[in-house]
Amino acid sequence: MVRAMEKYIRPGVKTTPFCPGCGHGILMGLILRAIDELRMDMKKMLFVSGIGCAAWIPSPHFNGDTLHTLHGRALAFATGAKLYNSDLCVMVISGDGDISSIGGNHLIHAARRDIDLKVICANNMIYGMTGGQVASTTPKGSKTTTTAEGNPYRPFDLCKLVEAAGATYVARYAVTQPVALVNSIKKALLHVGFSFIEVLSPCPTQFGRRNRLDRPEEMIQDLIRRCILEEEAKGLTEEELAERIITGEFLTCQK
Amino acid sequence: MTSKWVKTTFPKGLHYLSGNEAAAEGAIAAGCRFYAGYPITPSSETMERMAIRLREVGGIFIQMEDEIASISAVIGASWAGAKATTATSGPGFSLMQESIGYAAFTETPCVIIDVQRAGPCTGQATKVGSGDIMQAKWGSQGDYQVIALSPWSVQEMYNLTLRAFNLSERYRVPTMVMADEAIGHLRETIRIPEKVEVWDRKKKRGGPPFGTEEEDGVPPMPVFGEGERLLVTGSTHDAFGFRKTDDPKVHAALVERINQKIIKNSKTIIETEDHFLEDSDIGLIAYGFTARTSLYVVKRLRKAGVKVGLLRLKTLWPFPEEAVREAGRKVKKVIVPEMNQGQVAGEIKKYCSCEVIPLGQTNGEVIRPEKIIEALKKI
Repeated sequence: MVRAMEKYIRPGVKTTPFCPGCGHGILMGLILRAIDELRMDMKKMLFVSGIGCAAWIPSPHFNGDTLHTLHGRALAFATGAKLYNSDLCVMVISGDGDISSIGGNHLIHAARRDIDLKVICANNMIYGMTGGQVASTTPKGSKTTTTAEGNPYRPFDLCKLVEAAGATYVARYAVTQPVALVNSIKKALLHVGFSFIEVLSPCPTQFGRRNRLDRPEEMIQDLIRRCILEEEAKGLTEEELAERIITGEFLTCQK
Repeated sequence: MTSKWVKTTFPKGLHYLSGNEAAAEGAIAAGCRFYAGYPITPSSETMERMAIRLREVGGIFIQMEDEIASISAVIGASWAGAKATTATSGPGFSLMQESIGYAAFTETPCVIIDVQRAGPCTGQATKVGSGDIMQAKWGSQGDYQVIALSPWSVQEMYNLTLRAFNLSERYRVPTMVMADEAIGHLRETIRIPEKVEVWDRKKKRGGPPFGTEEEDGVPPMPVFGEGERLLVTGSTHDAFGFRKTDDPKVHAALVERINQKIIKNSKTIIETEDHFLEDSDIGLIAYGFTARTSLYVVKRLRKAGVKVGLLRLKTLWPFPEEAVREAGRKVKKVIVPEMNQGQVAGEIKKYCSCEVIPLGQTNGEVIRPEKIIEALKKI
């Protein structure tokens, strides 16, 4: 990260806790870049997170007010803080299991209410911190510590879920699409209403290692290969489409 | 730390209200300007009144999707600067426990009003019980302290809810008002004063927000948006809020401090009421609605020459050990009528040197005077 970003990092914080090859470090940098490009004042921001690796992105690294809450409850805590002090720019950064599994109910209701929260859901398709159990976003057939025979259930399409619930800015990008992702985060920061960005972030340690993507660079290459935009999806066969991940901005509503 | 006197927003004088309504007024009088809640019998009236009153006083109201979301939003709002509350009953109280532990460990002021009903489980939703007393203290994992108050009248639903906010702010601790369906739905005339005494959380720039050398053990509480770059976390943390999940010294110190903070301030926190104990052979120890019945029994029997008295517990947690010890020294036997299977009687046995006879009742109804008189006759 360039030196210019240091002002956004809490003094005294020297390293991140993430595994080598984890995508969360990239995401962390991109979030700060977006904040910097918009010249936002971190003093007016609040970062709320739940429990999990992604929840450690803002806490304690970001040099602003941080609220590290309970597993699944970040959106509920954030709703309280935002409603009481609407001057705060509230960003929720947490993982896929935290936000959509244990936190699923709070997710759909926060989206329904269209509360002005900027939600960054770091999706590594696994419960990483606890050692690699299946998540609500794990692809069908994937090997995890609790699905040795392959995950029997299909995962959520988080963007469709959140859009149906009422979100007014919905996007999906991977950490391998840094330029588009920074622009999307900037849009979410400026959007007035419930913004949701699903960020695909590789977890080589817990997911990749068990699913034939042993090395971090293999997971990165896999993401690069699979992530396409909606326009690109049009020319593909069903078979080709099956293993692709459609990324882009799916919904932008003006109030 | 000092208090201030503020004018109430509700017209002063006599009013005929239900307990649940009075609790809402007590909250507003204390300066509560945030409510996040979920409907549950028999507490919903408090939420409904707050929805109307908060709008009148410029506060924020939201009905959340469940009780977990409600208490979480209350805590989030508290860190954004609000005096915040939610009312519920047994099943909702159970759901809130994890967050109550969070509030205790992060020292977040907040008030939870539990209008208890007949449990366990769904039980009898419209009937009365006092089955949540132990849960109030031990509901969440680990060792922490809470403050729990026990109102016995509609006036006290007002006064003790107000007090709950003051204690919560002074000691940065989740505070419960342990009401019940009987008190919640009872209607009585109460007096709303012109001014009330209100305490606010300590303020100091630069923290540290989770550690202090001060006598009372209560650190100052900055809030979001003040440029304090707060690190609030439910993980074990040092004085500045940095996660310290490996260090035994930090964990020991934090757990110790959040417990001692309440224990050593017990004298200021605990309130009890003594009726005729000086001059009694038998003592009743009771709280909440049951204390009303108990006082009636005491007065009636005294007229007949029976030397019986009452220790009323207005505070349930921290437990009034000293008052119970003293009562145990004055009388020869103690009877504890309560609408559960002896939750407070068990605590009393720890501190009372004389014999303690539990008189529990779990039939969804209030304890009638005859039942207490029967038990006294047997002795």
